[in-house]
Amino acid sequence: MEHYYQPDIECASREQIQAWQDERLVKTVKRVYENVEFYRKRMDEKGIKPQDIQSTKDLHKLPFLTKDDLRDAYPYGLLAEPLENCVRIQSTSGTTGRRVVAFYTQHDIDLWDECCARAIAAAGGTNEDVVHVSYGYGLFTGGPGLNGGSHKIGSLTLPMSSGNTERQIQFMCDMGSTILCCTPSYAAYLAESIHERGLQDQIKLKAGIFGAEAWTEEMRRDIEEKLGIKAFDIYGLTEISGPGVSFECSSQTGMHINEDHFIAEVINPETGEVLLDGEKGELVFTCITKEAFPLIRYRTRDICILSHEKCACGRTHVKMTKPLGRSDDMLIVKGVNVFPSQIETVLLNQGYPANYQIIVSRENNSDAIEVQVEMTQEMFSDNAAVVTEREKKLVDALKAMLGIYVKVTLVNPKTIARSEGKAVRVIDQRNLYQG
Amino acid sequence: MTVKQISVFVENKAGKMAELTDYLQQHQIDMRALSIAETKDFGIVRMIVDDPYKTSCILKESGYVSSITPALAVEIPDEPGSLARILKILGDGGVNLDYMYAFLTRKKSTAYMVLRVADNEKALEILGKQGVHAISQDEISEL
Repeated sequence: MEHYYQPDIECASREQIQAWQDERLVKTVKRVYENVEFYRKRMDEKGIKPQDIQSTKDLHKLPFLTKDDLRDAYPYGLLAEPLENCVRIQSTSGTTGRRVVAFYTQHDIDLWDECCARAIAAAGGTNEDVVHVSYGYGLFTGGPGLNGGSHKIGSLTLPMSSGNTERQIQFMCDMGSTILCCTPSYAAYLAESIHERGLQDQIKLKAGIFGAEAWTEEMRRDIEEKLGIKAFDIYGLTEISGPGVSFECSSQTGMHINEDHFIAEVINPETGEVLLDGEKGELVFTCITKEAFPLIRYRTRDICILSHEKCACGRTHVKMTKPLGRSDDMLIVKGVNVFPSQIETVLLNQGYPANYQIIVSRENNSDAIEVQVEMTQEMFSDNAAVVTEREKKLVDALKAMLGIYVKVTLVNPKTIARSEGKAVRVIDQRNLYQG
Repeated sequence: MTVKQISVFVENKAGKMAELTDYLQQHQIDMRALSIAETKDFGIVRMIVDDPYKTSCILKESGYVSSITPALAVEIPDEPGSLARILKILGDGGVNLDYMYAFLTRKKSTAYMVLRVADNEKALEILGKQGVHAISQDEISEL
């Protein structure tokens, strides 16, 4: 039997969803025009007034918002609510240039928690479940989001955070965790660790909610088999709220977008033209219920396909495919956003040539990132300890910039291929994007 | 009086060392001594050769990262205790050793030590006082 958290909303008629979206969009546009100089300027530049937006049919008239805009507006430029009404920030990883800081009022936290509660319910979660949250807690949205959702459901929540596998498994056994929430690569790692210890009989897991990074159908089957669970995908981004922007139901055929809160569009990333159901393009979100940080037509850079086809689960909200790629060069490594330009900045600051190669792979079900850098005369010494020390300085600088460990490999000069025109900087060996 | 040590950066990959030595052979470079400092992903090959200038030039031409550094080469009797003796002299004189390596020649009963220290002048002075013979690059080339 399918579980819902808010069946009236999740299974509402298309007409009802349309009505909610129309009304909420008009209200939100009016509010951001009045409260946020940034939006007002942008709309004035295009000659658009709030009254030009009468329904979702007018959405296409509004300008897009990009990550660069968020950077320019950092930190308070897009805040639509007085700071004293805000109760929380969450943030993506990365340095100031690429970091996104999102603000939440209590109302915003509540609706985000509700979205996550819908995802947990879709995975079969009830107040009898023990929800084991192994996403990181802190600025990262993974932990707080699923934690909040689990509270809404009334499940017993284990705020494990990431790491310390030994303790994770012990709690899983002792507390009888039934739903595991973490990144798919960590789930695969946990599954393997449980098998190595021969503890699979002591695990009571029935479902897993895995997101924050790309994973394949093969990985899903592997995790499902090893843990004896059903594995559900979940999607989200800090800019829009966090995990739970969309989530998978029992039919496992795409993720339902919470359309009462977020309007989804798919556009041609080159032209900005809005595409139809079934057409592959860049996903764009408009927040219509958030108070503090209601982004309008935010370009996610994730490539996917939308489908309004009737779903066997009974939900009526539109479904999106897993991201099928990116329309920029951002990499997601261990759930952390990495731009090649960030790595380039560090290399140049440390006196290395701008010729480098990034290799992303998956070792033992965990992402690994390596940067190959060409050795220079200046870097060299006949003393290995001196070279190793310089290498370590680079590793430390990369860690400070990205927040994750990057393996540095020094290679001979002129051995990294220089391609004609645009250099091939990234080799992603994970093959995560299918289709 | 020092010798000119050539140091070369070599990636830690199968065949890289063979590539380097093959390249040196093509240019008729004769090695007198060789030592490798290895780390997880690269190595530093240090060598004493018959013709350091030529070696340095051909390495540069082929894109190797390398350097020439002055190092001490001392002649010691090939018998137990002779290395300990010079190390004690250096230690007593407060000279810190970065690294060292040994080589033998066809000359009977003599061994050579290449010593890399922070202060060559000081090391030469205290070794000289104790009658330890340091050899020059010319002597190396003729060995």
